[in-house]
Amino acid sequence: MSEDTKGKPRQPGFETRAIHAGAPPDPVTGARTMPIYHTTAYVFDDVEHAASLFNLSTFGYIYSRLTNPTVAALEERVASLEGGRGATATASGHAAQLVAFFALMAPGESFLASRKLYGGSLTQFGRTFAKFDWHAIFVDPDDPENFARALTPNCKAIFVESLANPGGVVTDIEAIARIARDAGIPLIVDNTLATPYLCRPIEWGADIVVHSTTKFLGGHGNAMGGALVDSGRFDWAQNDKFPALTAPEPAYHGLRFYETFGDMALIMQTKAVGLRDLGPALSPMNAFLTLTGIETLPLRMQRHCENALAVARFLEAHPRVDWVSYAGLPSNPYAALARKYMPGGAGAVFTFGVKGGYDAGVKVVESCELLSHLANVGDTRSLILHPASTTHRQLTDEQRTAAGAGPEVVRLSIGLESVEDIIADLDQALGLSATRP
Amino acid sequence: MSDHDHYPDEHLRRILRSVKTIAMVGASPDWNRPSAFVMEYLQSKRYRVIPVNPTAAGRTINGETCYAALTDIPQESAGRIDMVDIFRRSDKVGPIVDEAVAIGASVVWMQIGVRNDEAAAKAEAAGLTVVMNRCPKIEYGRLHGELSWGGFNSGIISSKRRKLNV
Repeated sequence: MSEDTKGKPRQPGFETRAIHAGAPPDPVTGARTMPIYHTTAYVFDDVEHAASLFNLSTFGYIYSRLTNPTVAALEERVASLEGGRGATATASGHAAQLVAFFALMAPGESFLASRKLYGGSLTQFGRTFAKFDWHAIFVDPDDPENFARALTPNCKAIFVESLANPGGVVTDIEAIARIARDAGIPLIVDNTLATPYLCRPIEWGADIVVHSTTKFLGGHGNAMGGALVDSGRFDWAQNDKFPALTAPEPAYHGLRFYETFGDMALIMQTKAVGLRDLGPALSPMNAFLTLTGIETLPLRMQRHCENALAVARFLEAHPRVDWVSYAGLPSNPYAALARKYMPGGAGAVFTFGVKGGYDAGVKVVESCELLSHLANVGDTRSLILHPASTTHRQLTDEQRTAAGAGPEVVRLSIGLESVEDIIADLDQALGLSATRP
Repeated sequence: MSDHDHYPDEHLRRILRSVKTIAMVGASPDWNRPSAFVMEYLQSKRYRVIPVNPTAAGRTINGETCYAALTDIPQESAGRIDMVDIFRRSDKVGPIVDEAVAIGASVVWMQIGVRNDEAAAKAEAAGLTVVMNRCPKIEYGRLHGELSWGGFNSGIISSKRRKLNV
């Protein structure tokens, strides 16, 4: 089904690929769903075969820290949905970011990152990466030119979120991709909250897409995971900024990844060096759960977006609510960008400000009976969180406000329950927030 | 000239099924060069690969004697050359394609980054099939499910059980 009658390659639709990509029937048993290959290692045919595998001169499995059949099925599926050349799955979204930057950065170098990111990413980039002597320069993403102004000669990448967590910020990917291209560095987009169903950053010029598959891709709050997808379009040899891909790799007898693997270079490097030496491989069980989740991604995202819009409208009209930051509302400053980059809906994670500040925010969260108070997003269940007291706690007041996580802010991840029930629960919790404890 | 931006999967399958002996122009005696990886891989898939490289002529690469030019390959020992795989710059391809026509090859295959429309048109006029800007190792691996083992997007959707190529 890969060609039409004229012989032109015909791309199956998104829904078809969400179910089938990467997972044809098992060639040995005919098993129709992807088997869970719970094995650490794989036998070699002989010493020569082993040598070919270790030299990267043939395709095959060695050890599940590098590759595993169930994990590979997930990688191909995510790559297919994002329109990339390939993918590398990791134990978590944070691991995907670590493995991606590990391929690009050397000590003393820097990268530009949006200052409106998931709080965990702000901490990973600002604190932990600094211990590797990698330096994040944080930039207000609302004016793309801020990235051009902040560039330095040793910047190796630009990092943004397509739909930022938690503030409902939509990023102008196309404009920022142009700035990255002019600087000869890749644009990395975290597409976790939008998912490829709503937004495909590679189509707008992004070079690398990262995911926490824990969220909407898996979708059921039951499996940790991450992935990085490479577009395969970036010319790593256009300058001398990326020696991990263009210079001889001593651990592989002087092989040069870009010369040998061409548009597959980054994915090969992130497995053969990144996963091999940093170690954050995804478990086959989690890959299986995520694969199963992705099969219903299109249906779930439609309902997530519908429910989220209904809840946002309800909150916007509620007397206890100061403001609602959901890009799907016409009144939202990001509404135009949302229509451009995610016409199918603005996702299901957004924030609102409750009247009464920090204490009222805490009260709303603690008063919910249906919405779960926990630190995750992208579950079938509706989730609620007070960022200032949890996910964004490690940040300074100024960083919290810049990230859209001030004291009065409540974050929602709207699930798939009956929307009337979600609204009723929030309504009673908001009512209680008006009363003194 | 046929479409050289897209090649239907079935077209590539037919080529890879029909070919038995491949002359590899630009084969390297250095085992960790890209051409050596492709040669070793194709040999493991039971293709016979005859290396061609003037700087390594007379040497043995992966068990096969290397020749200076396609026209130097002795027919009595190599048999018919079905396909010529080219690891050379696009602007050096013309004379190699002329030789491929002269020795009676059926397929000219140019590696990733190698494309010469003029040479391709000439080969097609002589009845040869031409593939450009592709790698036979990657295409073989993609069509046989092996590329997917590395998490690459094969573009293949199928509900049929893949035949094991043992």
